[in-house]
Amino acid sequence: MSKVRAPKSPGRPGQASSWLATPTLVFLILVILLPLLITVVYSFLSQPSLGTGVKWVFSTDAYRQIFVQEKLDGTTAFDTRYLKVLWNSFYYAGIATITTLILGIPVAMWIATRPVRFRALLVLAVTLPFWTSVLIRTYAVRQILDETGPIGGFLKIIGVGNSYQILYTPWATIIGLTYTFIPFMILPIYASAERFDFRYAEAGYDLGAKRWTVLRRIVIPGIRPGIIAGIALVFIPGLGSFLQPDMLGGGKTNMIANVIANNFGQARNWPFGSALSVFLLIFTVLFVLMVTTGVRSRGDQVRLI
Amino acid sequence: MTDAHLDIRQVTKTFPTPEGGVVVALDRVDLAIAEGEFFVMLGPSGCGKTSLLRCIAGLEYPDSGEILLDGSRIDDIPAYARPVNTVFQSYALFPHMSVAQNVAFGLEMERLPKNEIKSRVAAALEQVKLTGLDRRKPTQLSGGQQQRVALARALAKQPKVLLLDEPLSALDLKLRRGMQVELKRLQRETGITFVFVTHDQEEAMTMGDRIAVFNEGKIVQVGSPQEIYRRPVNGFVADFIGETNLIKVTVGSGGFIFPGGGVLARELLAEDCEVPAAGECLLAVRPEDFELVDTDAAVVGEVVDVIFTGGLIRLHVRAGDQEIVAALPSHGAVVPAVGDQTRLRPITKAARTVGS
Repeated sequence: MSKVRAPKSPGRPGQASSWLATPTLVFLILVILLPLLITVVYSFLSQPSLGTGVKWVFSTDAYRQIFVQEKLDGTTAFDTRYLKVLWNSFYYAGIATITTLILGIPVAMWIATRPVRFRALLVLAVTLPFWTSVLIRTYAVRQILDETGPIGGFLKIIGVGNSYQILYTPWATIIGLTYTFIPFMILPIYASAERFDFRYAEAGYDLGAKRWTVLRRIVIPGIRPGIIAGIALVFIPGLGSFLQPDMLGGGKTNMIANVIANNFGQARNWPFGSALSVFLLIFTVLFVLMVTTGVRSRGDQVRLI
Repeated sequence: MTDAHLDIRQVTKTFPTPEGGVVVALDRVDLAIAEGEFFVMLGPSGCGKTSLLRCIAGLEYPDSGEILLDGSRIDDIPAYARPVNTVFQSYALFPHMSVAQNVAFGLEMERLPKNEIKSRVAAALEQVKLTGLDRRKPTQLSGGQQQRVALARALAKQPKVLLLDEPLSALDLKLRRGMQVELKRLQRETGITFVFVTHDQEEAMTMGDRIAVFNEGKIVQVGSPQEIYRRPVNGFVADFIGETNLIKVTVGSGGFIFPGGGVLARELLAEDCEVPAAGECLLAVRPEDFELVDTDAAVVGEVVDVIFTGGLIRLHVRAGDQEIVAALPSHGAVVPAVGDQTRLRPITKAARTVGS
C-alpha cells in the first residue's frame, strides 16, 4: 500500500505550514506548562527553616498539611480547615455561576433579539468593564457598597440605613464575583442566542406551548452550548478568585486562592501554597471533565478540552 | 357568510419599515373558507398571503378586522390556544428532539396521557409514511423526510385548520410532485381544512379546490383553478396564472383591431366579459389558444423565434409593436420558420378583455 499524499504546494489558499505556529506554541509552553511544572515540583519540596523559597529535599509534608493538623502538644488531628476553604471556593464560585446565569440569560437573549445595528453596540457595552483593570473596578465596587457610598447614603436619606452593612460580608463577595464574571456568561450565551432560530419558538407556540414552556423546552436547549461555555467560563476562574473575597469580603470569606496567596506571601510556605494550587487544579480538571463528558453524551458541539 | 368554517373579515395588517415608513401587508381582506376544503393562497412574494396565514395561526395579530373559526372569534386568543396548526416553510423541527419527541411535543402540551400520546405519535408517523424513523434527530433526515415530520407534528394535534406555509418550496421538483399528491391524499383522508400558501401557480392549480390570488395586500380573485385560469378578472391574474399574452387592442366597429392591423371579430370573444364601446382595451389570450389561419387573422406578423418544446412549438410573432407568443401543437402540418409571415387567430371564445 502506498500512501497518497496531497502535493505540497505553497500556493494552496488558506493553508500554511504548521511550523508557523511554533512561536506561539513555545510561548504557551513557557507561560502555561512551565509554571505548572514548577508548581507541581515545589509542592513536593520542603520549606526552608529560614526565609522564603524551597529547600530541595523531597517531601509530601505539604500535602499532608492540607488534611492533618499538628497540635502544639505533638498530637495530630484531621484538619478540615482547608477543605472548608476549598468548599468555600466551590460555594462562592457556584453562587456566582448561578447569579450570572440568572442575570445573564435574559440580557443575552435581549441583546440577541435587538436589531442587528444595535447588537454590536450592546456587546461593546458588555465588554466595557474590560477597559479598566479588575483591581480598580473592585475598588469601585467597594466604594459603591460602602456605608458611606451611594447605596448607604440613599438608605440613610430614606431613614433605613442605620443597620446597612454589605461591605465585608459574604454578600459583597457574591456581588463582586457576579459583577466581575457576568460578561463571561453573557457573551457565549449571546453568541448562541444570536444563532438561535426564533422560528423554533414560533413553532412551539403554534403547537400549544406557553411562554415559559417555550423558554424551558425550546429556547434554553437551543442556547445550551452557550450556557455550558458560560458556566465553565465563570465557574473555573471563579474557583480561583482572590480579589473579591479579599477586598470585598474583608478576608472573612476566604477562598482557596486567598490561602494560596497568603502562603506565597506572609506565611512564606511555598511548598504548601504549591500543594494547595495542585489540589485546586485537580478539582478544576475534575469539573471540566464532568462538564465535557456530560456534553458529549448529549452530542452537543462544545469542547472545553 | 356565517356558515363559513374559517371566516376572515376586513383583516388589515401593517408593518413598520426600518426607514420609518409603513408597509400594508393586508388591506381589508375578506375571505371565507369552507370546512374540509383544500384552499390555496397564491401570490407573488410580499403580496400578503403569508401575513394572512400568520394572522390565522396567531403568530401575528391583525391591526383591525376579525378572524372567526366556526363562528367564534380567534384573532384575539394567543397562538397556543388556537385549534390551528402550522407546517412551516423552514419546517422548524426542534433540533434537540428526536422525530418522535417532535411529534409528541404538541400532544404533551395538551397534557394527554402517555399511552395516548404514544399511539397518536405512531399513527401520525404512519400517516406520513415515516414509521421506523422515530428515534432519528431532524438533522439525520433528508429534506423530504423532515417535511413529513413537520406534517406529522401538525397533524397529530388534529387541528381544525392546517396551515401550510410554502411547505414544498425547499424540495426538488420530483419530490415536490410526489408530496403534492400526498398532501392531497392526506387532506382527503383526514378531512381537515388545509390552507396552503404558495407562490407557484402550477402548484396552486394542481392542489387547490379553490384558489385566492393575492396582490399587494388584497385578494384579487377567488375561485376554482379552472375559473381562475379561464376567467381571470384582470390582467394581473391572467398574467400571474399560467402564461398569457396581454394584447393592447383598439375597439372598432368590426371588432378588435390588433397591433399590426389584424382584426378579431367580436363574436369570437369569450361571452362573459365586458367590452368597452370604443377606445383601447387589453385582451388576454393564452399561447395555446392560438391557431394558424389562412383568412380573418387577428395576428399578422413576422416570426422572430421558433422554439421546440416537445409537445408544443412556441412561436414568437412580431405584430406591430408587440411580440405575441403562440404555442401550437408540434404535430401540426405546417411549422413556420423564423422570418416567415404568419397569420394567427385566437380560437373561438378564448380571448378575454381584462380592462385597459
